[in-house]
Amino acid sequence: MMEHESNVNPTLSKSTGLPRKRFYRARAHSNPLSDSHFPVPVAPSQFDYSSHYPQISNDSKKIEFADIGCGFGGLLISLSTLFPATLMIGMELRDKVTEYVKERILALRTGNPGQYQNISVVRTNSMKYIPNYFEKGQLKKMFFLFPDPHFKEKNHRRRVISPYLLDEYAYALAVGGIIYTITDVEELGEWMKSCLERHPLFEPLIVQELEDDPVVKLLSTATEEGQKVARNGGQTYQAVYRRRTGPIE
Amino acid sequence: MEDPNIDDGDQNRETEIAPALIAVHPAHQSVAVAVGSDLRVFNLQEGCAVTLGDSDDLDGKSSTNVHKDSIRAIRYGANNGTLFVSAGDDKLVKIWATTTWRCISTVVSEKKVSAVAISSDGLFVCFADKFGVVYVVDTQGISGEQGSTNEKGIPILSHYCSIITSLEFSPDSRFIISADRDFKIRVSVFPKNPLHGAHEIQSFCLGHTEFVSCLAFVFGQDYPQGLLISGSGDSTVRLWDFTCGALLDTCAVGTEAGYLETDGKEGECRPAVTDLCATKDGSLVAVALQSLPGIMLLSCDISARTLSVLKVVSISEDPFIPTSLGSGSLKQFLWMVMGVSSLQGSDLASLARVRVLSGFSKSNIATLEEHKASLLDDKDIPGRELVLQKLQGTLSIEKEVLSSAAEAVKTAMRNLLIKKHYPVEKREYRKRGRNDRKNKHR
Repeated sequence: MMEHESNVNPTLSKSTGLPRKRFYRARAHSNPLSDSHFPVPVAPSQFDYSSHYPQISNDSKKIEFADIGCGFGGLLISLSTLFPATLMIGMELRDKVTEYVKERILALRTGNPGQYQNISVVRTNSMKYIPNYFEKGQLKKMFFLFPDPHFKEKNHRRRVISPYLLDEYAYALAVGGIIYTITDVEELGEWMKSCLERHPLFEPLIVQELEDDPVVKLLSTATEEGQKVARNGGQTYQAVYRRRTGPIE
Repeated sequence: MEDPNIDDGDQNRETEIAPALIAVHPAHQSVAVAVGSDLRVFNLQEGCAVTLGDSDDLDGKSSTNVHKDSIRAIRYGANNGTLFVSAGDDKLVKIWATTTWRCISTVVSEKKVSAVAISSDGLFVCFADKFGVVYVVDTQGISGEQGSTNEKGIPILSHYCSIITSLEFSPDSRFIISADRDFKIRVSVFPKNPLHGAHEIQSFCLGHTEFVSCLAFVFGQDYPQGLLISGSGDSTVRLWDFTCGALLDTCAVGTEAGYLETDGKEGECRPAVTDLCATKDGSLVAVALQSLPGIMLLSCDISARTLSVLKVVSISEDPFIPTSLGSGSLKQFLWMVMGVSSLQGSDLASLARVRVLSGFSKSNIATLEEHKASLLDDKDIPGRELVLQKLQGTLSIEKEVLSSAAEAVKTAMRNLLIKKHYPVEKREYRKRGRNDRKNKHR
């Protein structure tokens, strides 16, 4: 049955049934400033849960983990089995890459009945539309793994972690929610840490908390990007912070 | 094609037109009109035109062209009206003292300014630029005598890459509301010391399906916090509980005004709401619509949290489509202006026509017939001919000129805020100026 399907659809591997990356090649970079034409929910209440999580029958369940710039989906897939009761979503700007992740999740769901029903992906610009997808304080975890460094100073404002955008991430995260960032570019690592350090609504996790959190290890190992960095013996820079209550006036 | 906000030579000329704006002193002491770069003020209390003093004017000659490019936002300070702010495409924010009409401060902005707001205690002036950043200026730092120039605002928040169309403080100034072209309304906590930023987002009011063009507040004794009203290019006016972002009511004003029929053209059947003006208690909300000669009057019931249409006040004799509305809180006049800068095909560099509606006040509205809002003739408006002479620049305007202005206004108001979608072929042509391609040149 698998073979028949992959004869019809050459983008799926004959042996694993999973999509082949070479049919989903895309540049590493995408312009976050251009308004691409993808549908965006007018408000979080309009987000179609049933099309993303068809087997989840509980209507009041909401997405709690968001992987911003999820790439080929490595982190989501690792998290899916680690937190099987939690709904998660990946957000990705590149069309082809989003399609790849969709196919990958579908294939995993088919090949592992009952599993991977809690993850999904959506093509969107998370720098503009986070409030459209998530209500205030909805998220427990947000992930920013190996984001585009935008090296030129004039492009720094396109960075996905910035003092302004942290306002919106703080809005979407519940108090106590955690934001995870990692990069292999030292300057970007310092930038992200500095933005988080200066923001009044975030505080750093202490070393003990980092050691106790099973998710932290996944940051550098779960994604293709992370594995590539490890293969090349590169160093990574992470900043993990907690959303705190605002200062009382 | 680095940035969608950069002006392109190919860009539609209509987006360069600046609609005329009007603002009224809260205690009805004066009224101001901005057309293009021209700022015109009339002192209603003394019944005379105002000559603006500018601290930049070294030789003492008064000049009304104090802005060097189109003014995009004007406003009086809320409670006592001692401050007036004007800002626009010349990237300057000018703060005026309304007692002397001297410019007491000029703040420099990095980008063109699209909206301004003043906190109710007059301590802070906020302005927003076309890249979506909102800045704050501390007015206490301004000394009254020597107008300081080259002050800079401090950025406090940003809508990522989106033009901010409207900026408002909540009635108690605990919140600052920013609305953008990408259908969003953001409600942020305005801290006692805002110079470190307004990082805490209270809520988002999401529901509009087109650009949000204008905001207004209504509040009552039982509801001091107030409710928010917004107008949009989606042809609706919506009522919000802004503390939680809940949509309370939607009024499809485009449909109500009779634009149900489609002629096949998308733009025709959904006229954009271009401006709102509400009496403080919400008993009357005036709505200016893109193609409507006249205004719509809505009523907001604060306790029931509903919005409903009262009536349409249409102007049959003149094609008068208001581009901006204003009213003071005490008197019962609604001031309206229709105008554009750089009118094509006419000798006039700019055009402004002012009209006034009376009866714009709280009244026990039982039926439509009893409501007494009516359009005033020129001779009956406060200030009469003098005010028209000053604000319009001229007493009478030819009908043909008025008609062509109305036509220009109709399309311009919408095009200003709808992002152009270029067909695929044209996108390649527009990219020709890019210098980041590694390929060989064509």
